Amino acid sequence: MDKNKTLKDYEVQIRECVKCGACQAHCPVYLENRREGDVARGKIALAAALLDKTGVLEKRLRQDISMCLMCGSCVNTCPNSVPTDKIVGAIRREITDNRGLSLLGRGVSTVIGHKPLMKAAIKTGAALSPLLLKEIPASSGLRLRFPVPLMKDRSLPVIPAKNLFDLFPEFIRGDGDKPTVGFFAGCSISFIYPEIGASMIRLLQKMGYSVFLPGSQKCCGIPALSSGDGRLVEKLAEDNVRSFQKYDIEHIITCCASCNGGVREYYSTMKADYGDFTGKVIDFNLFLAEQGFIEEMAELPKWQARTRVTYHDPCHLKTQGITKEPRALLRALPNVEFVEMEGASSCCGLGGTFSVYHYEISKAIGARKIAGLKESGAEMIATACPGCIMQLQDVINHAGLQVKAVHILDLISEALGLTEE
Amino acid sequence: MMEKKIIRSLRDIVGKENVYTENSDRITHSYDATQKSYLPDVVVYAHSAEQVSEVVKIADSLSIPLLPRGAGSGFTGGTLPVQGGIVLVLTRMNRILSIDTDNLIAVVEPGVVTSELQREVEKLGLFYPPDPASKDFCTLGGNVAECAGGPRCVKYGVTKDYILGLQVVTASGEIIRTGGKTLKNVVGYDLTKLFVGSEGTLGIVTEIVLKLLPKPEAKKTMLVQFETIDGAARAVADIIRAKIIPTTLEFLDAATIGCIRDISPIPLPDECRALLIIEVDGDSDVIEKQAARILDIIRPLGVLDTRIAETDAESEEIWEVRRKVSPSLRKVNPDKFNEDIVVPRSKVPDMITALEHLSEKYDVPIVNFGHAGDGNIHVNVMVDLAEDGMQEKVDMVMKEIFHAAVALEGSISGEHGIGISKMDYLGMEIDNSTLDYMRRIKRALDPNNTLNPGKIFESDVSG
Repeated sequence: MDKNKTLKDYEVQIRECVKCGACQAHCPVYLENRREGDVARGKIALAAALLDKTGVLEKRLRQDISMCLMCGSCVNTCPNSVPTDKIVGAIRREITDNRGLSLLGRGVSTVIGHKPLMKAAIKTGAALSPLLLKEIPASSGLRLRFPVPLMKDRSLPVIPAKNLFDLFPEFIRGDGDKPTVGFFAGCSISFIYPEIGASMIRLLQKMGYSVFLPGSQKCCGIPALSSGDGRLVEKLAEDNVRSFQKYDIEHIITCCASCNGGVREYYSTMKADYGDFTGKVIDFNLFLAEQGFIEEMAELPKWQARTRVTYHDPCHLKTQGITKEPRALLRALPNVEFVEMEGASSCCGLGGTFSVYHYEISKAIGARKIAGLKESGAEMIATACPGCIMQLQDVINHAGLQVKAVHILDLISEALGLTEE
Repeated sequence: MMEKKIIRSLRDIVGKENVYTENSDRITHSYDATQKSYLPDVVVYAHSAEQVSEVVKIADSLSIPLLPRGAGSGFTGGTLPVQGGIVLVLTRMNRILSIDTDNLIAVVEPGVVTSELQREVEKLGLFYPPDPASKDFCTLGGNVAECAGGPRCVKYGVTKDYILGLQVVTASGEIIRTGGKTLKNVVGYDLTKLFVGSEGTLGIVTEIVLKLLPKPEAKKTMLVQFETIDGAARAVADIIRAKIIPTTLEFLDAATIGCIRDISPIPLPDECRALLIIEVDGDSDVIEKQAARILDIIRPLGVLDTRIAETDAESEEIWEVRRKVSPSLRKVNPDKFNEDIVVPRSKVPDMITALEHLSEKYDVPIVNFGHAGDGNIHVNVMVDLAEDGMQEKVDMVMKEIFHAAVALEGSISGEHGIGISKMDYLGMEIDNSTLDYMRRIKRALDPNNTLNPGKIFESDVSG
């Protein structure tokens, strides 16, 4: 049974587009290309044409529909809140249903199942070695997001030998008697940046919470959603719901903005009701703010030598209105001197699988952040999404800037000495 | 579909990657904010005046309709290819060529987005005042073509007051220059003014020389709630009569307030039947005095509550009330007929009264808000077209609204233009000999009717 919504399910919202053009001001892809097919209004016109049968899934339509980061910027600023990101998802599923996983899925499976290609990947210095990639589940979004040989120029982090599940057991007892919380780590944190996950776990532990890290948790489904693989999204959603059923928990914490958006936004738009699960999922910034952690940090004596840090809004937090808490947290940290940057809320350009198809545009979108970053004089750009960190570091490297992209938790960990344990 | 040969010539001019012929391309370039849709035959993206010129030459020699297009955010169909043809998109000609801080001018290409220019000049302590509601996405080329306005126009004037010179591609493909970089210039006819507001029917603007002002030091925003619409209307008239010109003087009527009451960041009680947002700008000490005087003037007019923003955030909160309006109107009824009549400032109370009568007479909700300070009222007739005979009713109401505006020595459009939406009403305001004079200009400058045909004058628009 397909639990995903179809284009038809969005008909009412599609007809609510009044063609005002306001989305042009906010669409990262449009701002780069200045082409109507790239902006939400154009895509909604195409969606309406598909419903009216005046449009077909021709090549250009598929291209236009692929030109979306699903960042949700247009939805937030649309006078009628037309959910273009979800409508694009629905059209991509139709394309997949119609033509198979031709666009990306085939490319990815070619790379992963093709030895010479894989070798080429290693020769070009790409860091995702096939051996380690084997450790990453086949359904993981990482495989969709970073089919390495397709992106020769991209700087990728080195994959650590031990992933998060190697480092921690499924149940980690806290230092106090606070209740157990779930931790939805997500692929990037589990396999590429386990130290961010480790900081999250150690922090929760220190705050007195026990942590439940089910080894059976899967990818949140964003890359699959982005590439139009509706069936995979559905399967992942079911698996994730099941994974967290073992303990009676009130909160499931994420420290990857994309995973948070993936679970909270997209599962809730499927026809099946995942509310029991999605309602528990909470971004770590919000959780820490609710626990009074920001005030606690603010009371610590400021360090003599602080790092000048600015903040990048991950789209999946920004669209949920989570913009104040991360900044308040950074301002409170004793090791940080926080500075705002111009363009902090503009998308980094990664966008699910977008950067695989459109690496050049993805880079150009990311590069729009550079001027503001330079001007801020920041030594580090902190964010709350590993995808953004990867993309920002790539963009920074290409611009030849000496700025490090980090996770807020890296800075918390430094402030509290969490790594020394 | 267009002949292959023509497509090939277009590709030779702008490159293959800038000519779009697929069905999807035609769909995504078929509409604007009127929500009407007409398919073009081909879409061309131009990158220079020379390319525009070559494309125009082809169109003109073969009598193919040519539609210049910017952001496509117009409200009267200025960019709609009502007769098919070539849609020529200028959004990629979006360079700010220079900002001259010595002479206070900027030179830009037509695809520059209005607020992008504003941001850049403000960084240098300068100011470009015209601020149409769509400033974050509309282009300056479109602003010139429609002579865009905005809330700040009460004090600062409209787009035409800021255009010093233009580079224009004529209907025969010549590249001409009008005006220049000086404030004073009386050499030859004032062609600049002729092209500003010509809705793309006389030429295609490819470069714009804009006048800038020094950025005002400070501003003060006030939100005033009134017991009656009459009180608010009189407040507008009295402020102007006291020889104070605020930067903006926006008003919202009771129906509008009803639409946003639930979502307004500032509480609006039921007794509040009208609302004014007043902003003054200038030197800090001057605006303090102005604000105090304004409050003195309006106090006797049934004021319920006055809120004065002390910080930027508070000012933003007040403007947020105004921004909530447009998206909320459909709460009244699904279909919106949005007009932008304008009357002399002192006639605003009369116009409001006339609108109330029309709403009662035809039993249709009319929601009014807008730039009361310059007499420009956004009249929104909200109906459900699914009801029998509603379209006919709307047509009658519209006609009466325009009649009322013209009778008060006003105009049927303050800032949106004519396009296709208001061509039927042109004769109400402009007498035959004047209209004929305009037609003769169009015929003389565009004998083959290549540029944006079927707009402003003719009413034989094919669906």
